[in-house]
Amino acid sequence: MHLKRGATVEIMLPSQLGYEKVAMSTAASVAKLMGFSEDRVEDLKTALAEACINAIEHGNGLSDEYKVGVELSVNDDKLEVKIVDEGSGMIKQPAKPDIDRKMHGEEDARGMGMFLIQALVDEAEWVPSSPSNKSYARLMIRLNKEKA
Amino acid sequence: MQQDTKVTVDQKTSNNNPITILRFSGDISSASQDAILGTFNRLSASEQARLMLDFTKVDYINSSGIALVIQLLMQASKAGGTVSLFGLTPHFQKVFTMVGITKYAQIHADEPAASAI
Repeated sequence: MHLKRGATVEIMLPSQLGYEKVAMSTAASVAKLMGFSEDRVEDLKTALAEACINAIEHGNGLSDEYKVGVELSVNDDKLEVKIVDEGSGMIKQPAKPDIDRKMHGEEDARGMGMFLIQALVDEAEWVPSSPSNKSYARLMIRLNKEKA
Repeated sequence: MQQDTKVTVDQKTSNNNPITILRFSGDISSASQDAILGTFNRLSASEQARLMLDFTKVDYINSSGIALVIQLLMQASKAGGTVSLFGLTPHFQKVFTMVGITKYAQIHADEPAASAI
């Protein structure tokens, strides 16, 4: 199968932890068809899982009423992923995690998701909801990291 | 959809030193609190002294699961113990290094490498 430029794949996830793995599998399949290397596929899977978990937990508040939308858009040398939820969006990005502060109990042991997303993909942004758009995270990963 | 975390506890000796190994399988996520911290807290002080965490059969790890590993490291450090990790995929060796875990625990490719220290 050959993926056409501009092709999109969309899935809707229940707001229940664990369903991020469905998004991971789908994105991994698309990325492999595009020719992504195994390590880039793993980077994408982890970043997407963290973005979906944020959307499930914080965006949709684990509510059965809401779904998380995941839209994968294929381009020549990059894959863009939008993770859409029903929340208002991020007000402030958390500080970079500090392992020393965590180990001394001065910082919550959690709170590493956004740091990992930013570290693993080439671009990441969080767009708050507006009258015309739902809140979403946009991740972009290039086929070859060195081209970034 | 979250897969349970299973854990088995093994004891062995290396260079006459007792080692406790927690062998995880399934997912390491927010649902892993009892498997990780509960299991650690049920060990005796001598069993906590030198600990290895085996991730060879782990299918999935997310940041909430990594946070639980950090909490275990924190508790082990307070108890004066040492912890090493093995069986992580190269990707998760990279991720654990990114968040700074290697400052507080050694990561080895496999059990023989971890036991040799």
